Order: sequence, then C-alpha cells, then structure tokens
Amino acid sequence: MSTMAIDKAGPSRKVKYGSMSRDRTWALRWSYFFLVLFAIFFLTPPVYMLITSLKSSAEISAATNPWWVFHPTLSNYVELLTSNQFLRFFWNSSIVSIVVVIITMLISIPAAFALARMKFWGSATLATGVFLTYLVPDSLLFIPLFKMLALVQDLTGITLLNRWYVLLFVYPTLTVPFCTWIMIGYFASIPKELDEAAIIDGASWLQTLLRIFIPVALPGLIAATIFAFTVSWAQFLYPLVFTTSVDQLVLPVGIITTLIKGDVFNWGQIMTGALLGAAPPLIIYAFLMDYYIAGLTAGATKG
Amino acid sequence: MADVVVEQGRVGRTSQRKGASLHNVLGRKSTVAFFLTLPLILVIALLVLYPAIYSVHLATLNKSMQKFVGLGNFTFLFKRETFWMVVKQSCIFAVTAVIFKALIGFIVAHFVHNIPGKKQRKWRGMLLVPWVIPPAMSTLAWLWLFDPSYSAFNYTLSFFGIGPIPWLGETFWARFSVILVNVWYGAPFFLIMYLAALKSVPDQLYEAAAIDGANWWQKIWYVTLPMMRNIIAITTLFSLIVTFANFDIVRILTAGGPLDTTQLFATWAFQVGIQSSDIPLGACVSLFMVPILAVAAIFILRDVTKRGNEA
Repeated sequence: MSTMAIDKAGPSRKVKYGSMSRDRTWALRWSYFFLVLFAIFFLTPPVYMLITSLKSSAEISAATNPWWVFHPTLSNYVELLTSNQFLRFFWNSSIVSIVVVIITMLISIPAAFALARMKFWGSATLATGVFLTYLVPDSLLFIPLFKMLALVQDLTGITLLNRWYVLLFVYPTLTVPFCTWIMIGYFASIPKELDEAAIIDGASWLQTLLRIFIPVALPGLIAATIFAFTVSWAQFLYPLVFTTSVDQLVLPVGIITTLIKGDVFNWGQIMTGALLGAAPPLIIYAFLMDYYIAGLTAGATKG
Repeated sequence: MADVVVEQGRVGRTSQRKGASLHNVLGRKSTVAFFLTLPLILVIALLVLYPAIYSVHLATLNKSMQKFVGLGNFTFLFKRETFWMVVKQSCIFAVTAVIFKALIGFIVAHFVHNIPGKKQRKWRGMLLVPWVIPPAMSTLAWLWLFDPSYSAFNYTLSFFGIGPIPWLGETFWARFSVILVNVWYGAPFFLIMYLAALKSVPDQLYEAAAIDGANWWQKIWYVTLPMMRNIIAITTLFSLIVTFANFDIVRILTAGGPLDTTQLFATWAFQVGIQSSDIPLGACVSLFMVPILAVAAIFILRDVTKRGNEA
C-alpha cells in the first residue's frame, strides 16, 4: 500500500523535474537568441568601422553592398600611419594621456590615503566634496575655464590656449575626483590591523602608504589608472575648445577637424582613423577586462 | 649623587622624548594629512570650484564682458524660442535615453546572467565594447551608418521595402538618432552594473519564491527589483547627470541641426559661447544644467551616505 503510494508520487515528481529542466533549456536558448540580437546591435558600429577602413574610396563611392568588402586594401592604414599629421595627433594624445595619468595618480593616491586613514578636521566633508566634484560635468566647466585660461595668459604672458599642454591642467578635473573616490574605497577596505602593525614597527605614514597600501590595493590602482587613461584619451570637449592649430590637436578632435574637409567626407580614412583612435582603450580593455569592470562598478558600489 | 643625576637625567629625557614624540605624532599626522591632500584641494578649488563660481559671475556680464548686466542674459534667454526648445530637447533626450538604457541593460543583464559561468565572461566582454570605444570615435561610425547618400541602414532597410529614412535630416529622425546612439553607448554600463547586482542576490531567495509558487514575473517584481533597488537608483541618477550634460554625440552627429532641434544645453552653450564668442551667454546657458544636476547629486549623495552607514 505504502509502496504504491510512493511509486505513484515518484513518476509525477520526475515529470515535474523534467519540465523544469526543459524550461531551463528553453530559457537558455532564448537567452542566446536575444544575446545574439543585442550583440549585433552593440557590435555593428565597430564592425562597420573595420569594414569601411578596408575599402578604397573608389569602392565606397561605387555604392556597392556596404556590408561587404570586395577588394580589401590596407591603403587607408598605410596612408594614415605614414602621414605626419596623423602621427602627430597620436603622439599628442599619448603624451597628454600618459602625463595626465601620472599627475592624477600623484594627486589622488596620497589624498585617498589621507582621507581613508587619517581622520582629520574636515576629512569627511572633503571626501563628500570629492564625490560631488566627480559629478560636475565637463560641459559645465569649459566656458569659465576657457575665460580663466585666457586671463592667466594675459596676466603672465605664458601661452596656454591652443597648446597641447593646456590639457594637462584641465583633464585632472575629470580624472582626479573619480580616482580619489575609488582609491578611498579600496584603501578603506584594507584591514586596520595591517597599518597598525606597520606603525608599531616604526613605519612612518609615508612608508605605510608606499610599502603597505599601494601593494595591497594594487588592483584598485590599476583600475584607477585605466580609468584615468581612457577618460583622457576619449576626452573631446576640452581639446575642441582649448586647441585649434592642427599640430596641437589630440586624436579625436584631429580626426574630426582634418579628415572632414568641408562637405567632403573621406569615409575610408575617417573610419580608419577612428578605429586606430579606438585601438588603445580597446587593447587595454582586452587584456585588463577584469580591472576595467572592477573600476566601473567600484564607482557606485564601493562608495 | 652621580646615580641620582643619571636617573634624573634619564627620567627627564624619557619623559621629554615621550612628550615630544606624542606631540610629534599629533603634529605630524595632521600636517602629513594636510600635505597629502593639498594637491587634491588645490585641483578642486582652482579647477572646479572657482570656475563654477566664476561662470556665475560671467553670466551676469554683457557680451564684451565690460558691463554688469545682472540677470539681463537670463531674461534675454527666456524670451528666445530656441532656448525653450533646448530645454525641452535636453529633457526629452536625457529621460528617454536613460529609460531605454536602463531597460536594455536590465534585460540583457538577465540574459547574460542566465547562461553558464564560463561563457558569461566572453559575452560580457563583447557587450561592453560600446562603452570602451571613445564616444567621439564611435559616433563617427554612426554618422557614416546614417550617411544620407550611402547609408548602410537605408541600404539594408530597402530590402524590406522601407523607404529611405532621413536619419539626420528631419527633426523627428534626428532626435531619434541621437537618442539611439546614446542608448547604444550607455546601455553596456547599465548592463555591467545590473549584472554585478544580480550576482549579489542570494539564490535562496529565488528558491523560496519558487516554492511559494511565484512565476518569473513575480520573482522579478518581488525579489530582483527590491534587492537591486539601490544599484538601480544610483546608476539611473548617475546616468541622468552624464546624459543630460552630453556633448560629443550630438555635436558630431548633428551639430544641433536640423534648425537647432537636437541642440542640448552643452552643445548650445558651445555654439553660443565659443563659436559665436558670446562667453557670458554661453556660461548662462550651461548654468541651466545646474538645477537638475544638483537634484540628482543630492539623491545620489543621500544614497551613498546611507549605504556608508549600513556598511
């Protein structure tokens, strides 16, 4: 009697299991289906950049199937990579981004250390202030900064506007607050016992920072570095406002102002330039994806 | 005698050293902290705080910046039709784009979360690409996709019998296009944030809900959304600020056209302040971003400090 009851219950439970796993396979299939659709949406522009960059201008103006390359050629790449002007943009972009990263790190690591570990008068207010500054967009600051720099130039006689190095002064407004903010988060997550032990052993504050905090928070440091680099590399508004001479331009502005001549769009070259301009962040991302994502999510979750 | 002297000396020295070192540590800690934060304070004060205040001052000057006109620039703006169009378009742009970014991010995050762990990494890496490419560069690709004579989109749509669409030529389509590009660029950010949030929801909650007979919709409504409330709020507010202040996409795609109908505060401020070199009026236009930024910032800050207290 009792065995029969169990037997009856057995199959029905199995059927339930079967339907659940079948549901799950279907959910998986649908997930893949939609993911492919979204991946097409997300990847169309970069793929299209690549396709166009391999076409000659004759093929582009022949208006054949835009999604296919019939006569692949590297002439666009050769032309850009041998053009002094383009290499100049690349050089300007690189030097600006690298120096800005160094400046940012020199400013934000010590500050984050002080804000995370040394409670001093106004430290909480300053930390909040750092976060608020991070929310101030570039499009709010470019006009007063432009006027300020013009005034400084008049007063001191040092040419600032229309020089690439002016960007070294203005980019930190975008990178320093965020980097400080995420470094505060990373530093605060280091156990207090670690630096207490260091202090007891007679380490000074600077030694604690250099020997303990920086090595332990290295992942955070890498994430902050990547952030500072990509932000400086991608910045468009400031260089558009502060630099105009062709030899002072950085990559994004350079491509847009020199490759688009009046109404003539040399699309093959523009797409090649855009792809080359997107390459450094993409390469960093490909190799350091986890740090990149950690930095991205840290901004909102660490705080 | 000698003993006493030695002892006294030692006592004196140790107490002195103790006092001095204590004093030193106290003095050193705050001075060290001061020097460590000084560059940060300088950057914030000179390059963010001062320009922000300075732009209020600029907004009260006349075009040649010689005369104080008070609120003259503001009343001038209020009388211009373009200004109200910019206000309207900025709000439409920011709200629509953020809603779609959040929706797409939420949906795609679920799909990515559904698939097994190893492949998840690959998909996540692929779907984040739009966020990694500098927006100025990817917008150029979109500009080329929208190109009036060689538009790849119109070419594809022609196979479905859909006539050529003036992507950037007509007000409606131009507005649609700038929002589309912004959604494309921003959705991956939401995707990553929501995916991280989804992973932090304990499985037991879903199991409990399943035992109680909840369907998928009820699971999302009663388990996922409440658990992700914080992240959703903070991501949305943050994105609202960034989208509202957007410059690159509109500048490159339409430069505000046709007839200024896609102009946002940032692009219009650029056009008025830099291109037409009416700096005070430009400063005035960009100042209109402050109220909405401030409101969003207050909400984010409330959320951040609340979470700080919980932790």
